[in-house]
Amino acid sequence: MSTSSLTPDEITAIRKALDTYLWPEAAAVDALYIVQQRHGWVDDAKLEAVAGVLGLSPAYLDSLATFYPLLHRKPVGRKVIRYCDSVSCWLMGSDRLAASLRERLGIGEGETTSDGAYTLLPHPCLGACHQAPVAMVADRLLTGLDPADPDTLLEEGDGN
Amino acid sequence: METKPLTGRFREDGRAVSLKEYHAAGGYDGLMMALSMHPDNVQKRVQDARLRGRGGAGFPTGLKWSFVPRTPGDKYFIVNADEMEPGTFKDRELMERDPHQVIEGAAIGAYAIGAHTAYIFIRGEYRYAEKCLQQALDEAYLQGILGKRVMGRDYALDIHLHLSGGRYICGEETALLNALEGKRPIPRAKPPFPQVAGLFGQPTVVNNLETVCNLPHIMRLGPEWYLSLSRCEDGGTKLYGVSGPVNRPGLWELQLGTTAREILEIQAGGMRPGHELRAFQPGGASTDFLLPEHLDVPLDFDSVMAVGSRLGTGCLIVLDRQTCPVKMVLNLETFFARESCGWCTPCRDGLPYTETVLRDLVAGRGCHEDLELLQEMIQWMAPGNTFCALAPGAMAPLQSALRYFREDFERYAGKGDG
Ligand SMILES: Cc1cc2nc3c(=O)[nH]c(=O)nc-3n(C[C@H](O)[C@H](O)[C@H](O)COP(=O)(O)O)c2cc1C
Ligand code: SF4
Ligand code: FES
Repeated sequence: MSTSSLTPDEITAIRKALDTYLWPEAAAVDALYIVQQRHGWVDDAKLEAVAGVLGLSPAYLDSLATFYPLLHRKPVGRKVIRYCDSVSCWLMGSDRLAASLRERLGIGEGETTSDGAYTLLPHPCLGACHQAPVAMVADRLLTGLDPADPDTLLEEGDGN
Repeated sequence: METKPLTGRFREDGRAVSLKEYHAAGGYDGLMMALSMHPDNVQKRVQDARLRGRGGAGFPTGLKWSFVPRTPGDKYFIVNADEMEPGTFKDRELMERDPHQVIEGAAIGAYAIGAHTAYIFIRGEYRYAEKCLQQALDEAYLQGILGKRVMGRDYALDIHLHLSGGRYICGEETALLNALEGKRPIPRAKPPFPQVAGLFGQPTVVNNLETVCNLPHIMRLGPEWYLSLSRCEDGGTKLYGVSGPVNRPGLWELQLGTTAREILEIQAGGMRPGHELRAFQPGGASTDFLLPEHLDVPLDFDSVMAVGSRLGTGCLIVLDRQTCPVKMVLNLETFFARESCGWCTPCRDGLPYTETVLRDLVAGRGCHEDLELLQEMIQWMAPGNTFCALAPGAMAPLQSALRYFREDFERYAGKGDG
């Protein structure tokens, strides 16, 4: 099986993850995260290549990848915005925040803007309920958001 | 004596306590002490301290450990840091602010059951917490606290971090085992219990992260001190949180058995101006609502159970009078329906059905029959009727809402009847 769609670094990192567990399936989520880091999502070629390194079938690996919302099997925008839509954030106005994001971006939940800049996703409780409403942009958590102000989230990470 | 063993060392600036600071505050003394004892005596000390699991079910920790067979062979100790129950934000704080406490606790738990490998299972969103733990782990290895000879003793231990792909079901302990093994994370049938046949088929203990953080202090300061911390029969402090329209939402380490009133009115500073308390969930999204008349109930495992709810995670979610309780329940059921793992029919079909009925009610498309349908759903997904506790947990807020906020449901139902 071809591993050419993986970089040597990625292959090394996956092999290292393999050492942590008793059998190769257990390293699957780690391996998918490693590959997702570079492009934001895992395409078919890379899924097959990872399966090859782990010695698993691509179908098996896909059954895992599609179970987990943090692993993407479809392209995502350069910035993935996950706003918390669980109860404490809802109590503090997360549906208004979601509406202002949808309006500002002109897309619905689960969609990506046509220029590929943003993907908007609802997400379960981010574990910062006392600072509601909250959202994550890439790996960064933003708290105490103003539901009427989508721009703080859209601009997160710019100019860094 | 210390009254806030879990959070007492937290730095004001929010950064993680360093190894040096941790050492200076008695850090790793508990592990040192454990290593000088027979593992059975470590278990006994924890039993005597009456530590009950902080993951939601309140199972006595020492007793759980005692089910692990004493026979030789691989065993595993797992720290559950999946924390995905909506409204809950305690384990994150413990990882980010005092990561060595987690590592010391995990090492003590592993030693007590004879495990030489431990995993800390972290939800995928907690990247910063993972970073703090990884850094602390690296330090611990460097200092000989972990590895082939733990603190120079004849005991080997490796601790690994695992970042989950993010599903609520992964926090259920048998689904967690499948997740760690790289299987589709659906729960397993019990028996066999994980203590007998768990991770990779070997004896395994899964404990909540807050539970584990108590261990160093029980070792270091003893059961008597630990029991004196609480206001009830069980030992220790508890991290209590409050979210919703209060003046100072937050997280506090208080005596186990502190009343909801003290937490809401004193710690959280009461309701925001213009908001009035209607009800609260005492311990996360899967706990039954309680009313203002329950404010003086001590929030310990048995007292909350006695009034028909559960202590759960100890993180309170506050409902005010301005907010519609039916819509709040709809929000909760939307979460549970989305997170159902799909393995058993009552939950896979019942939760989306419940969500749809509620959505219709709220949209004015419901009728009185819908309320009976909801009641039926509660029966279908009662404890014992589903493969794991996710579905019964989902029904808890619904059943208490139907009881306490009947008139709100009726009002919606009336809209569609004509
Ligand atoms: C759907 C579901 C999700 C759960 N999520 C968590 C979790 O995120 N963290 C946790 O510690 N326990 C969680 N639990 C409880 C665990 O199954 C288990 O009881 C707990 O980790 C045991 O730890 P303790 O004995 O220290 O309380 C969950 C249970 C269910 C049914
Ligand atoms: S109750 Fe729900 S989450 Fe639990 S096994 Fe059944 S389908 Fe899965
Ligand atoms: S409910 Fe939004 S962070 Fe917990």
